[in-house]
Amino acid sequence: MNAVSRSGPSIRFRGRSFMAMTLVADVPLQQWLADFDIWLERSPGFFTGRTVVLDMVGTAASKAEVERWIGELATRGVRLIGLEGIRPSMVDASMPPLLRGGRDATLIIPDEPVAVPEAPRKSAEPAEPVNMVIEQRVRSGQSIVCLEGDVTIVGSVGAGAEIIAGGSIHVYGALAGRAIAGATFGAKARIFCTKMEAELIAVDGIYRTAEDIDASLRGRPVRVWTEDDALRLAAL
Amino acid sequence: MAKIITVTSGKGGVGKTTTTAALGAALARTGDKVVVVDFDVGLRNLDLIMGAERRVVYDFVNVIQGDARLPQALIKDKRLDSLFLLPASQTRDKDALTEEGVDKVIEDLSRHFDWVICDSPAGIERGATLAMRHADIAVVVTNPEVSSVRDSDRIVGILDSKTLKAERGETVDKRLLLTRYDAVRAARGDMLKTEDVLDILSLPLLGIVPESPDVLRASNFGVPVSIHDPDSAPARAYNDAARRLKGEDLAVEVPKQKLGLFGKFLRRAA
Repeated sequence: MNAVSRSGPSIRFRGRSFMAMTLVADVPLQQWLADFDIWLERSPGFFTGRTVVLDMVGTAASKAEVERWIGELATRGVRLIGLEGIRPSMVDASMPPLLRGGRDATLIIPDEPVAVPEAPRKSAEPAEPVNMVIEQRVRSGQSIVCLEGDVTIVGSVGAGAEIIAGGSIHVYGALAGRAIAGATFGAKARIFCTKMEAELIAVDGIYRTAEDIDASLRGRPVRVWTEDDALRLAAL
Repeated sequence: MAKIITVTSGKGGVGKTTTTAALGAALARTGDKVVVVDFDVGLRNLDLIMGAERRVVYDFVNVIQGDARLPQALIKDKRLDSLFLLPASQTRDKDALTEEGVDKVIEDLSRHFDWVICDSPAGIERGATLAMRHADIAVVVTNPEVSSVRDSDRIVGILDSKTLKAERGETVDKRLLLTRYDAVRAARGDMLKTEDVLDILSLPLLGIVPESPDVLRASNFGVPVSIHDPDSAPARAYNDAARRLKGEDLAVEVPKQKLGLFGKFLRRAA
């Protein structure tokens, strides 16, 4: 790829990692909050200035429940900088961003809570979408991953190949492999292909295997989207 | 606890995957609970031969890496209720299989099944050694030709040194399965004779599967050959092999050349 240089002011993006404490949510919510209050009574001010991520894995909470959870924590002085373990589609602009790819680390907690400056809210939000265009056939065994944006393939996707996109997937050719869209941006993502032969399609975690794809759509140009938490397919 | 079978050969294209599917279906047909496991990460085929490629969601590597639980990755066969498949991943390479991960999966499977059949990749590298690691029985698939026999001999050596049984000072029960046996060519002397193969490898014979268009036909339909047309010669050979694995003492039938009318008259040249 050629680098394009141009003059003018430049905006710089930098990657930087911060340590955050992860609060693991548990059901039922009411019980958990009661325990939490008892604990907080013993350690008042523990959360002052701390960066906290709420881990919702295994709670199967609905969007309304997640919102309530965030609200309850806010009234107790816990400000969340991120959420973990829920579907991207459940996060809206009013909520802390969804974080992925966290790794466990030893958390060193100083005796006195340190006043941490403004939490690095910006860095966790995806920057400008970065889209990927591939102008050749994707062969069996190849895996194209672009979590930051859309993937466009000018060519076919062979059986046994895999496309994973943060946003939408466009295939100008036969889609015979797997297409997993909306890995980052959730339910807004779509899949388009000029010939539907897929082994598996997924948008926002909702998937369908070849066997469950309507036979009348096979071999035809098809679009795939989600509606009310269900996967929809239609001929183009 | 399950009996763990590894289907191996060293050489590619001799019929390991066909054999895995056929023995799996033949054993499941007797009512035993069977799971066939594809160890050929990156070049998976067992799902196609089993006719399950349109239902794969999660695979072996997903289970090892903790992205899916084992029951989510197992695919139930549509024809036999007690037959399951654990598919391999096509988009990863063999390094995605770790020793600890494989140990855990095989241990879990052996608690719930009567038979765990591991389809080994060709070669003698990591994937092949991981596939044979837990074997109680090794089915060595061999074609009656020199290169295949030599590769099988090499594999037998590895079975005697790199398996858990070998490490414990025990030996893996090794059986020879002769595949793609062509009676016409055998009669002409263009192929190694069964006795010669047995002589070189000195393994007990599990069966002789004749070369047959039925095998190709079955795999095109995505049906294990042992249940596609149970009366065909390869299906009978595999079903008999399964009975031998279950401990029955059956004589091995050497496939004969089918002679036409003229063949019968002109059998011998003076």
